Amino acid sequence: MTNAVEIRTVTKVFGTFTALHGVSLSIQDNEFFTLLGPSGCGKTTLLRMMAGFEEVTQGEILLFGQNIAALEPNQRPVNTVFQQYALFPHMSVIDNVAFGLKMKGWPLEKRRIRAGEMLEMVHLSDFANRAPAQLSGGQQQRVALARALAPQPKVLLLDEPLSALDLKLRQAMRMELKQLQSETGITFIFVTHDQEEALTMSNRIAVMSAGHVQQIGTPRDIYESPNNRFVADFIGETNLIEVEVEAVADGQAQVVLPGGHRITTSSAARDKGRHHLSIRPERVTLGSPGVGLQAVVEQVIYLGTDLQVLVRLEGGTAMQVRLQNAARITVPSPGDAVGLHLEEGAARLLSD
Amino acid sequence: MALRSVRHYPGFFSVALICLIILYAPLVVVMIYSFNASPSLTNWGGVSLRWYFDVFTGPEAPRFKAAAWNSLTIAILASTIATGIATAAALAMLRSGKFKGRSLTFALINLPLMVPEIVIAVATLIFFTMVGITTGYLTILIAHITFCIPFAYLPIAARLQGIDGSYEAAARDLYATRLQSFFLVLLPLLAPGVVSGFLLAFIISLDDFIITNFVKGAGMETLPTAIFGSVKQGIKPNIMAISTLMLAVSILFVTLSYLINRKGRKGP
Amino acid sequence: MAGPATDSGSSAESTYRSARIPLLVPTWVMIGVFLVLPVALMAVYSFLTKEMRGGVIWEFSLAAYDQFFVNRGLFGDEPASLEWTYINVFARSIAQAGIATVLCLLIGFPTAWFIATRPPETRGVWLFLITVPYWVNLLIRTVSLRFLIRENGPLNDALMGAGVISQPLALINTDFAVQLGLFYSYLPFMVLPVYAAVERYNFTWSEAAADLYASRWVVLREIVLPIVKPGIIAGCLLVFIPSLGAFLAPNLLGGAKSFMIGSLIDEQFKKSLGNWPFGAAVSMILMSLVLILLLLYARSTARQERP
Repeated sequence: MTNAVEIRTVTKVFGTFTALHGVSLSIQDNEFFTLLGPSGCGKTTLLRMMAGFEEVTQGEILLFGQNIAALEPNQRPVNTVFQQYALFPHMSVIDNVAFGLKMKGWPLEKRRIRAGEMLEMVHLSDFANRAPAQLSGGQQQRVALARALAPQPKVLLLDEPLSALDLKLRQAMRMELKQLQSETGITFIFVTHDQEEALTMSNRIAVMSAGHVQQIGTPRDIYESPNNRFVADFIGETNLIEVEVEAVADGQAQVVLPGGHRITTSSAARDKGRHHLSIRPERVTLGSPGVGLQAVVEQVIYLGTDLQVLVRLEGGTAMQVRLQNAARITVPSPGDAVGLHLEEGAARLLSD
Repeated sequence: MALRSVRHYPGFFSVALICLIILYAPLVVVMIYSFNASPSLTNWGGVSLRWYFDVFTGPEAPRFKAAAWNSLTIAILASTIATGIATAAALAMLRSGKFKGRSLTFALINLPLMVPEIVIAVATLIFFTMVGITTGYLTILIAHITFCIPFAYLPIAARLQGIDGSYEAAARDLYATRLQSFFLVLLPLLAPGVVSGFLLAFIISLDDFIITNFVKGAGMETLPTAIFGSVKQGIKPNIMAISTLMLAVSILFVTLSYLINRKGRKGP
Repeated sequence: MAGPATDSGSSAESTYRSARIPLLVPTWVMIGVFLVLPVALMAVYSFLTKEMRGGVIWEFSLAAYDQFFVNRGLFGDEPASLEWTYINVFARSIAQAGIATVLCLLIGFPTAWFIATRPPETRGVWLFLITVPYWVNLLIRTVSLRFLIRENGPLNDALMGAGVISQPLALINTDFAVQLGLFYSYLPFMVLPVYAAVERYNFTWSEAAADLYASRWVVLREIVLPIVKPGIIAGCLLVFIPSLGAFLAPNLLGGAKSFMIGSLIDEQFKKSLGNWPFGAAVSMILMSLVLILLLLYARSTARQERP
């Protein structure tokens, strides 16, 4: 089966600034694919090149096997949901939704019906004749979605569409988006800087930074088996500890912690020497001293659902541990000596 | 085929260039011909400054000198007074809270912009004739002050709107009297707007032909009316020299105003 | 423009509350006495009887309006019919001003768009270049244009020299010369408001439309023009209104046939030939036309601002 989108060593240069350095990735049909990264990482540029708003400096972009480099935005069977929605202010909601159909030459009656259906799908039938400015942010967002989906694009591009909404609405919209994607069967390419958004919605995620793709994988892969420091640090919280690698083979490594303690861990690194070890704070439990890694509790911060415990390891390295605030736990106090137990998958050796 | 941004429309750059050419071609041509040594308008006789000497020493020189003096003094007086009036009005409009008649006053300030110039000219002539003021220097001055007010008001009000009220509040809090806080705090902040307003009013006053022509009375001339009188008989080279001089003054003023505004924008 | 609906009502905004009246009196007096009162007097004058050597006799008369609208034949003894002479002057003025406005729009819109899409540094330079001519004396600009386009002037010389034409173009003293003059006089008035509107335009709208299968020119027609319409209308008014009452361009560039309202009014106040009440009446009619246009404009913008 051909991929929905195939990006081959794409480079983008703006003047003296290189926004993308030979990025390659393939997105499968009917996939919810997310480009995740901090602002300035090139994710929006990549999206805009797929839509046709930016020229590709080098490399090529294929859409279902066809090179689309020379096509104007209006000639590409992809539609975009813009960050600030970009609803046309001089048109009613229904005219906005029907615009793409009108441009494709659909007769009035047919496009009315279709736009009506789209509005129904996003639960806004009652607002068809309003002006966009009369709608709330969440409603505008749903109109933008309906507008982009109405012409049944082969690929839907979403440029941080939830970033302008407040938290509650954002969470509700995540579910709605995910559901829309599986209902319509359209490939969604979603750009965001919000890792939680990416983890909850995506089939696969490409983590980007400084114009490079750092890692591509399922949310679980990305979170549990980060390749490098950037990914481990950007997705979720982690403790990064510099360690000495003694032996490495078959994705497993023998490392020495600063305190001299030796552990075996899964590894993205392939060579010996100094590397960083990522330890997820919620995969660590506190036990009695003498067993596991020896540490002293320095501070306990109450976070409601969780407790954040700051500890110092034998070798002087600081670390944080997350405990679920369950009824059965014993809350440690500053000064307590404890033994840290690393659960399955808590630690991963990073490649850089 | 290269993808072009949605901002790009083929041909718009050419139109913009044409726009500039249309705006500048007549001015540039006159500027060049003002240096023509030949008295003929059609033949080029080499570069010379003779028409500039002619402006200052030729047979028409006394007339132009008097007209220039009138234009200059009227423009200075009218724009100074209009700027004062407009500054006071802007303070009342923007810094004295809401009041009844505010919209009406706003309409009043802008009235000279809305009534066609020729209508203002007719109305003013009728008024001066009826109340029995002999038309001349004074009537020109009064008319100029009146139509300069909105031009002075616009930049001053725009600037005042951008100045937060808290500066003056802070000055008052630090024991400044109302007058001190105006002169020591607000006025320096407002200065770029006041200067822009003054310059705009000055140019508008210097520019006016129609109204002046109606209310000037016999024997009284400003530069535009004097030039118009000359041009009626055909364009002579000395007119081009005067035009070039006035052009230079205008460009000097607009550059000044541009620089002041740019400096002002860097302020608060 | 600094509109009246701008104060936020905070206490800092009313520092000059107690000085309000003295601050406003000079404005009220200057504009009230030297503009509003004269216009009122002009209205009165238009209903007075003319005196032969200019000036008026204080006797109520509808003669001025009668002369404008009613034709009673050369000796005043024929049955009344509609007088076309002056209505034609108005119609011609409206046509001339209208054509100048369209010319301004055709050149001004692309220019404004082009400037608004430049990077900020070059944008300032372009705007500066567009505004400079506005600051140059209108009379001098008109005279310069007359010099440029006259029969054996530099334009014809250049065109003939380049072999584009073999006979000099008869531009000067034509209607077209007047249209060109008006266009040239007020072009910056079109560019600036349209520029302001395009500057506020969100180019993502164009991207969204292009994304939804609209070609470049369809985007312009369906999205850009409707959205920047208020700026275009403002620009059209700023060009049309002064063009309508213009005096210099028709006088210096047009021929005897290009007679416009401005000249018609001007003639009524020339020394002994004058007819002051008629001049006042024509002025009243011109002013009413302009005020109606402005009112329509104010109403249309008010409607747009309502949610």
